[in-house]
Amino acid sequence: MAIVELSFSALPVHVRTARLIVTAVARRSGVDEALLDEVRLAVGEACSRAVEAHRRQCPDEPVRLELEGSGGRFEVTVSDAVPGDDVAGRAGRSAAAAQEVAAAGSPEDLDFALSDGSVDLGLAVISGLADDVDISATPKGVQIRMSWPAPAAR
Amino acid sequence: MESTVLYRAGGSVDLKVNDYTTDDGLTVITVEGEIDVYTAPKLREKLIDLVNKGKFHLLVDMEKVEFLDSTGLGVLVGGLKRVRAHDGSLELVCTQERILKIFRITGLTKVFGIHDSIADAEEKRKGAK
Repeated sequence: MAIVELSFSALPVHVRTARLIVTAVARRSGVDEALLDEVRLAVGEACSRAVEAHRRQCPDEPVRLELEGSGGRFEVTVSDAVPGDDVAGRAGRSAAAAQEVAAAGSPEDLDFALSDGSVDLGLAVISGLADDVDISATPKGVQIRMSWPAPAAR
Repeated sequence: MESTVLYRAGGSVDLKVNDYTTDDGLTVITVEGEIDVYTAPKLREKLIDLVNKGKFHLLVDMEKVEFLDSTGLGVLVGGLKRVRAHDGSLELVCTQERILKIFRITGLTKVFGIHDSIADAEEKRKGAK
């Protein structure tokens, strides 16, 4: 059973609120203080991605979050209502692609890659920070599930 | 000195952006607060404004940045592209591990010159001249 559920209008201003709530619940669930920054950033990235997707496709639909602590893990699921276009595949490729384009050192190429979507820094950050990530795209939308160790969550 | 302050409901300040230009022609932009999907446009506007005013050598001081996400990274990459078009530079001052980590994950440590202090950046700039 989810311990906290949250839905918010797809507005950038609310992403910070979501970060604050998730960080507070993560702390209460026993997530190590050293990991809280990673939780905050990864969840913020997932929420930003969802907000941007909603603003393009369905601005009136809220973004949903479920926070759950059980079995020694703190799990966050961010759900949007926009059917994904191989978002899971892009997440897997983005970290490597970002490193590859960045290694070439050309801001022009990197800026172009960001604008055409071949490099998604947000997905690259999520892949790099969450202890465990599962991204699924369904006809209803995209779900990004992330989890971290939380000894107090039983 | 110019200042852009963004206020949110409740009156709290989440992003402050100030800038000044040294005698040496280096424009230092000090950023304080959280750079995210909501506040990043303010930083983007500041960078565009400075380039439009002919300031092509920028140093973004991130020592007081409490939070940075990929939207902020995108703004910095966009800024770098703009100044490079004028043979300029955009470098950073950052020693905070939690911010540096984001640059490392995305490979952007290879794209930006990152310095320990403003003085360090100025010194290297003089050395390169």
